[in-house]
Amino acid sequence: MNLLEKLDAAAAARKALLPDGVGAFGVPIEEVYSATEARIGDRRVLLLGTNNYLGLTFAPECIRAAHEAIDSEGTGTTGSRMANGSYSGHRALEREFAEFYQCSSGIVFTTGYQANLGTISGLVGPGDTVLIDGDSHASIYDGCILSGADIIRFKHNDPADMEKRLRRLGGRVETTLIIAEGIYSMLGDQAPLAEIVEIKKAYGGVLLLDEAHSLGVLGETGQGLVEKTGLLKDVDFITGTFSKSLCSIGGFCVSNHPQLEQLRYVSHPYIFTASPSPATIASTRAALELLRKGNHLREQLWRNCTQLYTQLKEAGYRLGPDPGPVIAAIVDTPQQALMLWQKLLENNIYVNLILPPAAPEGKSLVRCSVNAAHTQEQIQYVGDVFTRLRALI
Amino acid sequence: MTDSNYKEITALLCERLSALTNVDVEISPDTNLISQLSIDSIKLLNLIMEIEDAFDVSIPINALADVQTVRELADLVYKIKFASS
Repeated sequence: MNLLEKLDAAAAARKALLPDGVGAFGVPIEEVYSATEARIGDRRVLLLGTNNYLGLTFAPECIRAAHEAIDSEGTGTTGSRMANGSYSGHRALEREFAEFYQCSSGIVFTTGYQANLGTISGLVGPGDTVLIDGDSHASIYDGCILSGADIIRFKHNDPADMEKRLRRLGGRVETTLIIAEGIYSMLGDQAPLAEIVEIKKAYGGVLLLDEAHSLGVLGETGQGLVEKTGLLKDVDFITGTFSKSLCSIGGFCVSNHPQLEQLRYVSHPYIFTASPSPATIASTRAALELLRKGNHLREQLWRNCTQLYTQLKEAGYRLGPDPGPVIAAIVDTPQQALMLWQKLLENNIYVNLILPPAAPEGKSLVRCSVNAAHTQEQIQYVGDVFTRLRALI
Repeated sequence: MTDSNYKEITALLCERLSALTNVDVEISPDTNLISQLSIDSIKLLNLIMEIEDAFDVSIPINALADVQTVRELADLVYKIKFASS
């Protein structure tokens, strides 16, 4: 099989799962009306396939900030921060993230993916070890691969399994980076952070927590799982993304370790890429301010999450263990997942279809992302349609 | 390093692989994990965790890039387990 024929084989595998005319991946969204509604084809649909957890995509403060930044600084930075310089907005956002997490420093990356890629590959290298949760996001796996460190997995959310593997590393634990996530993106479950921290204290190692899905969602001020559990000071490095609760694009890492600053000189995903645009930085700064003061948004979000989780549970769907903004219905086969996804779209509800190998343990998922802007009536409608469709699978 | 250690590793791999696949193939050291057993990446990673526990070793998943056959997997486990012996 030559190079291009390998891609033909991948296309054939995709076609076997998704017949012609079914565009479940990369769905064309023609118009966006609000944080909760858009047009797909000729349908006005409810959006439950975005990660807009606080519903801030149309927040006037963020839109105004982005407009002003374009007017004053232009549309793009046209280069990397290392070679072309840092705008005042980049530096201000880094200070604001550091202050938000009560850390001594912060670094902004161009995407959330690059935040993990750049942080991990900057912290560890050949001869070091990364101990990661088996259900880690692809950005974590890719960061580990880029680093050249030895990659060891522990069973998902299983502290005893993590302890066993950390113990097995013996003296190598001194150069081991442990990685977990605040909320896991597939099933919406939360890391057992207290147990992970205890094990790390007993054996050693450095702990990185990715708060991509938990930023804005968990904790009094929205810091994430570190705030909910009161363990902020026990986590060495925190990464996260702007593309979920903060409604733009980019990522960050914060830490109290002064060595974080050295990543600017060793991390390729930070150095060799264009810096975030002025509009992106400005809207993110405005959104971070809203997120910090957004207790009312978190309360509404959690009301919506609990309502939908309860309704789907009562309808007999298999779900992840924790209610939260990511609510995934687990079905037995890709065909069932595809049918459920199509029926939901026919009922003007857009959700995410997740097929193996993207989902853990060969599962097939129909995943909803709930947000604070959804009304009670919208959530009720989604729950009612899911309930009606339950008999089909 | 002994033959019996190596045989023990190979036997356990064959046993675990047999339980993991529905393919009607007699598993031998030359069996290709991907083309003959259709082991996908997730199954292979989970198998590695089982093998780590069975032999009390740490097997970096990046080392799997060079593994295609049962023999190559057995060689890797053997090398890690007995490298310092």
